[in-house]
Amino acid sequence: MKVLVPLKRVIDYNVVVQIDSSQKNVVTDHVKMSINPFDEIALEEAVRLHESGVIDEVVVVSVGSELSQEQLRQGLAMGAHRAILISCDDAVANDPLSVAKILSTLVTRDDYDFVLMGKQAIDNDCNQTGQMLAGLLKWPQATFASKISFSTDEISVSREVDGGLDNISCQLPAVVTVDLRLNDPRYISLPNIMMAKSKPLQVESLDDLKLNLTPCLKRISLEFPQPRTSGEIFTDFDLFVKKLDEEEVWR
Amino acid sequence: MALKILLVITHNGQSIDDQVHNAVTACLQLDVNYHAMVLGHDCQSVIDEARKMKGLQKLFFLEHVSLEFGLAEPSAESISQFISDYDYILFPSNTTSKNILPRLAALQNISPITDVCEIVDKDDRIFKRPIYAGNIIETVQSEQDINILSIRSASFTKTPISSEANVDIEHISPDLSSIQSKHLGCEITKLDRPDLVGAKVVVSGGRGLGSVESFQLIYDFADCLDAAVGASRAAVDAGFVSNDYQVGQTGKIIAPDVYYAIGISGAIQHMAGMKDSRIIIAINKDADAPIFKSCDYGLVADLFDVVPKLVKHLKK
Ligand SMILES: Cc1cc2nc3c(=O)[nH]c(=O)nc-3n(C[C@H](O)[C@H](O)[C@H](O)COP(=O)(O)OP(=O)(O)OC[C@H]3O[C@@H](n4cnc5c(N)ncnc54)[C@H](O)[C@@H]3O)c2cc1C
Repeated sequence: MKVLVPLKRVIDYNVVVQIDSSQKNVVTDHVKMSINPFDEIALEEAVRLHESGVIDEVVVVSVGSELSQEQLRQGLAMGAHRAILISCDDAVANDPLSVAKILSTLVTRDDYDFVLMGKQAIDNDCNQTGQMLAGLLKWPQATFASKISFSTDEISVSREVDGGLDNISCQLPAVVTVDLRLNDPRYISLPNIMMAKSKPLQVESLDDLKLNLTPCLKRISLEFPQPRTSGEIFTDFDLFVKKLDEEEVWR
Repeated sequence: MALKILLVITHNGQSIDDQVHNAVTACLQLDVNYHAMVLGHDCQSVIDEARKMKGLQKLFFLEHVSLEFGLAEPSAESISQFISDYDYILFPSNTTSKNILPRLAALQNISPITDVCEIVDKDDRIFKRPIYAGNIIETVQSEQDINILSIRSASFTKTPISSEANVDIEHISPDLSSIQSKHLGCEITKLDRPDLVGAKVVVSGGRGLGSVESFQLIYDFADCLDAAVGASRAAVDAGFVSNDYQVGQTGKIIAPDVYYAIGISGAIQHMAGMKDSRIIIAINKDADAPIFKSCDYGLVADLFDVVPKLVKHLKK
């Protein structure tokens, strides 16, 4: 069985994001970039499934600029066998429907049995691509997975939903999107980083895939939300309680 | 110009999800009337509730056994057949819609706009939505004729349901192709206190609570205030509470009147889920905790010392 794991290059989750002077983009120069944390969890799961013999080959793919090669190399160091970069401009890379179309073309062309991916990217917080891909492929989907188990040609997934957990099963091929609690991604060791340098990384263009994509949503501007100002901070319990009594916050 | 609007009502088989009432407000910002749709099986109480929604003109009830548990494949396929009659298809933003909506959109070759926090211009199709865990607001314009939106409940008030119900119901049995997923069961947390989504007061605990046993302090305090209980991801990961308590970027996004953050540092991913609360109150022993920069009232103290004292004070 062959699994595809998409990896998105995003601003690291610890960075306080800034807007650039055009008011249309966020600042990425000299900013720490990482694999989207959810994608990293998907990859960890895929590598574990390979280690336990369920999966034969783990392929990572990134849709974006040449810079995404950095994240693909990290993915290779985590244990993926080979990597593909679909190079395109940022507008396409940030449009979930375009990315889903690219992935669906790749899945059909190269015959994957399974796609394991993050449930959302922490930059645009869309939470759309996996479900779209499943729809385009007419495959079953299992989203927000916090537990995945395999039997012969079926998977069972515990999904994290608003009310608690929802358990479903579906036939393969399928798309599974993962939640944070599925696993803790491994730490990448130096020897593995060195080894990753010799693993294959193939670059393809949208032309190679015979795709012509124009996103239908245009970004007009970016702004910061109204900041919350810091209020009154107390160190004395009685003064704190007195204030809350006066303001009738308890009610 | 009158707009044709369809609201997809999410529910748990018994009652409408609370966020639907916020989505109704968004529908009414688009036009005075709208149609709505319930997908399910044997869920009369949902229909009875839905037909009382303000401004509702027509209700479709799509009934099929495979729609009982909200599986994405049959749901998206069923709704798909209605799309071309509308300008706008709205969903409340919750895990049910997050599962179905993108699949539906892809089937129709539409780029959806999810978690809409403001409708800027309904005719020019301009919307605002939070990105980067709510640290930035993006304004986007759609060039599509048919638009699929999900509505972020914390950004819209609720429209209460009316007492009358005189709306037409059209009962439809969709013809669904082979279903690929099977529902095995749910482990839904039973609550004997208010639901986190929609609660007026929420008391959340973080890693600072230290153990499942100590988390009882949060329940005790919440009970005094008739409040719902929430948690940070660290508290969920540590096993103090189950995942459905998580507030934040990847948990629930709520906007109660009063939010208590106890033993929570205030990471941006947590703030993303609660910073629209009217009043935020923080208790933390670290005076430099980031939560103190964005709360209305803060108390620098050991929670194990002050929370029991607060309970005592409120019981007076
Ligand atoms: C992709 C991604 C998504 C995430 N999504 C979410 C999300 O949805 N929700 C979420 O909450 N987090 C989320 N996180 C995690 C987030 O970054 C923080 O790690 C988490 O919110 C920290 O939880 P905490 O505040 O309980 O723990 P900590 O940051 O460890 O804070 C504990 C606090 O308790 C205080 N404390 C300790 N003991 C006491 C005491 N006796 N009395 C008083 N105060 C005390 C400490 O001073 C400290 O400030 C996400 C992270 C990532 C990478």
